[in-house]
Amino acid sequence: MTVFLIYKAILCVLIFAVSLGVAAYATWWERKFAALLQDRKGPNRAGPLGLFQPLADGGKMFMKEEIIPNVSNKFLFILGPSLFLFLSFLTGVLIPWGKDFTYDGHALALQLTDINVGLLYILGVTSIAVYGIIIGGWASNNKYSLLGAVRASSQMISYEIAMGISIIALVITAGGTLSFREILDTQDAGLANICYQPLGFLIFFICALAETNRAPFDLAECETELVGGYHTEYSAFKLGAFMFGEYINMFVSSAIMAGLYFGGYNFPFAKEFYHMIGLEDGSAWISLIGAGVYLIKTFIFISVFMWIRWTLPRFRYDQLMNLGWRVLIPLSLLNLAITVLVEIFIRGTIQL
Amino acid sequence: MQLTNRRKEVSHKEQSIAEKIYLPAILKGMAITASHLFKKSPTINYPEETRPIAPVYRGQHVLKRDDNGAERCTACGMCAVACPAEAITMESAERKKGEEALYREEKYAAVYEINMLRCIFCGLCEEACPKEAIFLTDRLVDTEFERGDFIYGKDKLVEKMTERIDVSKRQTPEVLEFKKKPGLKHNELFDSSKQLGKGKKH
Ligand code: SF4
Ligand code: SF4
Repeated sequence: MTVFLIYKAILCVLIFAVSLGVAAYATWWERKFAALLQDRKGPNRAGPLGLFQPLADGGKMFMKEEIIPNVSNKFLFILGPSLFLFLSFLTGVLIPWGKDFTYDGHALALQLTDINVGLLYILGVTSIAVYGIIIGGWASNNKYSLLGAVRASSQMISYEIAMGISIIALVITAGGTLSFREILDTQDAGLANICYQPLGFLIFFICALAETNRAPFDLAECETELVGGYHTEYSAFKLGAFMFGEYINMFVSSAIMAGLYFGGYNFPFAKEFYHMIGLEDGSAWISLIGAGVYLIKTFIFISVFMWIRWTLPRFRYDQLMNLGWRVLIPLSLLNLAITVLVEIFIRGTIQL
Repeated sequence: MQLTNRRKEVSHKEQSIAEKIYLPAILKGMAITASHLFKKSPTINYPEETRPIAPVYRGQHVLKRDDNGAERCTACGMCAVACPAEAITMESAERKKGEEALYREEKYAAVYEINMLRCIFCGLCEEACPKEAIFLTDRLVDTEFERGDFIYGKDKLVEKMTERIDVSKRQTPEVLEFKKKPGLKHNELFDSSKQLGKGKKH
């Protein structure tokens, strides 16, 4: 029991640190990648390749003046970004980073906790995350902030439906489990879910873009119309908390996509590979290699997010709503119907 | 009613299905941005790298010393007169006994200032100088935080004996020849001032 507790504590700190580190370096990579796409150099002054840039940015954020508008509701004004940051960490809890390994006779999982309704939990937490934005935008007592917050909430609500339906289809292909870990394990045995759910993945991906407020769906903070959107009135570290939360959200949703549709820590011929280099089942190395593979996949998704951001112009708000309600929801329902038919008549996993 | 004949029919086609789902267009756009990943960035990492500049580039001025290390400038003011930007000011002083090694001529510039913010780097001062004292070099003027710091005095303009500045590229035989040409205003003045100096000898 003590081994278990100590291990979980270490893992907790580790995942927290990794999330923070990835989010910080995602800002660096975002700028570097954007520069590469635009034939520029990107940050290259702070340290080699500009690698200390996130530290410098963080330091700057801390040292800026904290401005709390006079007319704002102070408690809610501070609660908004805190809640947003807090909730963005919460979704990361469920992600299984690698296979179980045995240490001293204990089977340990590279995952903080596995709950049997994991996917529901993720959907739930991402939908509460919008409260951080709404509270922050409302408490600022600024019409631009409020508009940004309203946009964010309606956008998230609309896209959550399509996301949820595409997850239902995924759950049906994965054999009716809602646990993140079990979905990953079915992909270990068979093909990655992307082979069964290409349309579902596309829908999920678009929704994930919208849920994380990334371009081309970043209407909540669209600076051309709304000054800064919901964080117009924020400064110093509270602004940093919003930014940070967004990058963590991006990291987590990339990890979720890599896990649900691309097999997470599994990769083709994994068993043969482990066998070849002489690793037995339950070795910690297998977990570590798996975690590395998972991180690489996540990184690719993060890059795709950025690639899209630096390619596509922002949607207009009515186009956004059209896409959500009139295209994605019918498409996801179609995907669900096809999935069910395929499961019944072709794969035969559902008995009538 | 047609007011002008410049009216243009614009098409207002319905979008086709392929256009409506945007995906082909999006993929095309992403291919374009991705192709830029592999292009070389044209950025020049100033100040580590600089643009290639011409050998006769007109940058920060230098006040030359002669081979013995004496300042060549005689504070004649020709450069200040020639300067279209009125960037040059100077105060002259008479050379005392024992200062021959410091100043080449009997009169020298005690103060010599160029305002680098006014200067347009036209090179007319160099062209006007009868003593081959001022030259523009291929050095760039540094950035400063205060306007006043852009007024370069003799401390910055006069070349150091330890680090002589090579202006031979700007001092080509053609240039020297050109300077001797009669009929050019500054040459005339130069000649007459010489004669003036001779006549007034005391
Ligand atoms: S023209 Fe030449 S010699 Fe005359 S003041 Fe200017 S730099 Fe000195
Ligand atoms: S380069 Fe032209 S503008 Fe500059 S000091 Fe000489 S004459 Fe004046």
